[in-house]
Amino acid sequence: MNAHALELKAVRKSFGNTPIIRGVDLAIPGGERHAIIGPNGAGKSTLFNLISGRYPISGGDILLKGESVAGLKPFEINRKGLSRSFQITNIFQRMSVFENIRCAVLWSLGYKYSFWHRLGGLKDANRRAEEVMESIGLKGRRDTLAGVLSYAEQRALEIGITIAGGAEVILLDEPTAGMSRSETADAVELIRKMSRGKTLIMVEHDMGVVFGLADRISVLVYGEVIASDVPANIRGNKAVQEAYLGTEAAA
Amino acid sequence: MAGAKSKLRYRPLNLGRWLTWGLTALVMALLPQLFSHGFAITLMSQMGVAIIFALSYNMLLGQSGMLSFGHAVYAGLGAYIAVHTLNLAANGQIWMPVSLLPLVGGLAGAFFGVLFGYVTTKRAGTTFAMITLGIGELVFSCSLMFPEFFGGEGGITTNRVIGKPFLGITFGPGVQVYYLIAVWCLISMALMYAWSHTPLGRIANAVRDNPERAEFVGYDTQRVRWLTLIISAFFAGISGALSMINFEIVTAENVSAARSGGVLLATFIGGVGYFFGPVIGACVFVFFVVALSNYTEAWLLYLGLFFMLMVMFAPGGIASLVMMQVQLIARKRFGRMAPHYLAAGASGLLVLAALILTVEMTYKVSVNSSGGGTSMHLLGIDFDAAAAAPWAVAIGLWIVGGWLFNTTRKRVARVWGEIQAEFLQGGS
Repeated sequence: MNAHALELKAVRKSFGNTPIIRGVDLAIPGGERHAIIGPNGAGKSTLFNLISGRYPISGGDILLKGESVAGLKPFEINRKGLSRSFQITNIFQRMSVFENIRCAVLWSLGYKYSFWHRLGGLKDANRRAEEVMESIGLKGRRDTLAGVLSYAEQRALEIGITIAGGAEVILLDEPTAGMSRSETADAVELIRKMSRGKTLIMVEHDMGVVFGLADRISVLVYGEVIASDVPANIRGNKAVQEAYLGTEAAA
Repeated sequence: MAGAKSKLRYRPLNLGRWLTWGLTALVMALLPQLFSHGFAITLMSQMGVAIIFALSYNMLLGQSGMLSFGHAVYAGLGAYIAVHTLNLAANGQIWMPVSLLPLVGGLAGAFFGVLFGYVTTKRAGTTFAMITLGIGELVFSCSLMFPEFFGGEGGITTNRVIGKPFLGITFGPGVQVYYLIAVWCLISMALMYAWSHTPLGRIANAVRDNPERAEFVGYDTQRVRWLTLIISAFFAGISGALSMINFEIVTAENVSAARSGGVLLATFIGGVGYFFGPVIGACVFVFFVVALSNYTEAWLLYLGLFFMLMVMFAPGGIASLVMMQVQLIARKRFGRMAPHYLAAGASGLLVLAALILTVEMTYKVSVNSSGGGTSMHLLGIDFDAAAAAPWAVAIGLWIVGGWLFNTTRKRVARVWGEIQAEFLQGGS
């Protein structure tokens, strides 16, 4: 069986009578780094919300590793190996960096709703949390409350929480939004490192990041994918230039 | 290197923690030796019961962000099941030692937690609060509809002395009941503390802070809330059974909204942000309800005022005030604050005196005057509440105390601000 890591089949979503996603087909093989680009209001974040179960789909199907996840709740989809980050930083503000990461690893290590394990004694969870903290460069901020971290640090923590559970399919929603150039360069390196061996799908506005990171790019315009190809071909695609890149070049 | 450092962090034995728990146990054991008066024993027994109840409530409010208006349901129903069990045991129909009744109450509480919690925890926030209010009213009205179980207006009475004495323990004397409560209180406190350091406890914090994110790291937030409520109801049930053993009666009041409101008040006064907050809150609350009500009929007014002041000026509760001082002591700044605290405290006492005088004289004149006239006795002084002089004294105390307190309070705030600025600038 050669299932794709993630497959969208004619996915539709309407809010009231307004269609936002109008039949999206997308097949992303395992291990690919896939970027979704498109103008504002194209439905990129909505698409992420549909894939991760935040909103129910109005039609079509979503397959994760060949299995339909349409209609499942976010936690059920997460348990099947898909994890996502958010465009607006979405962390546990009143907890330390370490606790943030540890919360994200507990389920995947099988501790579930346990109230008979002592957190301090969970060697595997603690080790994994320390490793993730180190890899996102926040080891020095271990006991700092997440709410008082700098913006770039919070974004790194957001990625840390997303990957900590060991999900194979990672969705990153504008991971470098609002970052300075040097912070963006660091974030790209971090994403490259973190996504090794995983399937990565990201929404991103920074074309430097997109063309530097992605194996393949899909262009979403008004709720439809108008092109899905390797970066070189996307750059040369006329329809894309008109619909999206062109407007940016003109601006 | 990092490994060695983290190993240090995960040491299974924490001396400080053992010392704290050991000391708590020691204090609980010695208290009846220091305060052996019957009233003191009653007071301390009720404090023990309230501590368990408030801590169980804080599992919901402080740890999981669930504002419940019906927590007394679990304590009350636990108490009812326990009192029926005790009566059955007294009749010889079943075997059940009195010392294990709290476990019966706890299991009953947990059972109703499973039942009602399934409904209430479907939603969080305001909806949860409203449903708990509804469940509370529902159970309270049931208490009048099913007199066989709830005992109607008179409640269910019992006698805690059953069977043969074990090692001389009959649970007849109040001090024996105190020790029973103390043991269960210590066990419950330790277990609830331990719970806050388990995966479920931590995820409950996560669900409190950001339920959406918790869903996206694999957690069903409704399940987290439900399980937490069941465990919390278990401990509430224990407190209910202990209260039943203490009073030998359970009435509809045990499941009432007033009880649920009381535990909310106690927990909030103590402070929801720290584990020991509700412990302090429970003691203060019981002091108000039991001790102060002996001295003045206006105790509820004082409690309400105290609660209002806490919400307005110290929303973190007494525990947060304590922790602020601990921070000062740890960083060697308390000495600088102490004289200002003393001045503010002394002028605060003047305001308190003005308040007490005004309230008590008002009560005397408007509520009690039909009884024994308007002559009254306060702090060893006899005077007539209808005379002008004591009112003039009260007004004088308000003016002088108010002015002094306002001045000293500002000074406390200023010095506090200076010290905080020093901390921010990195001075240790």
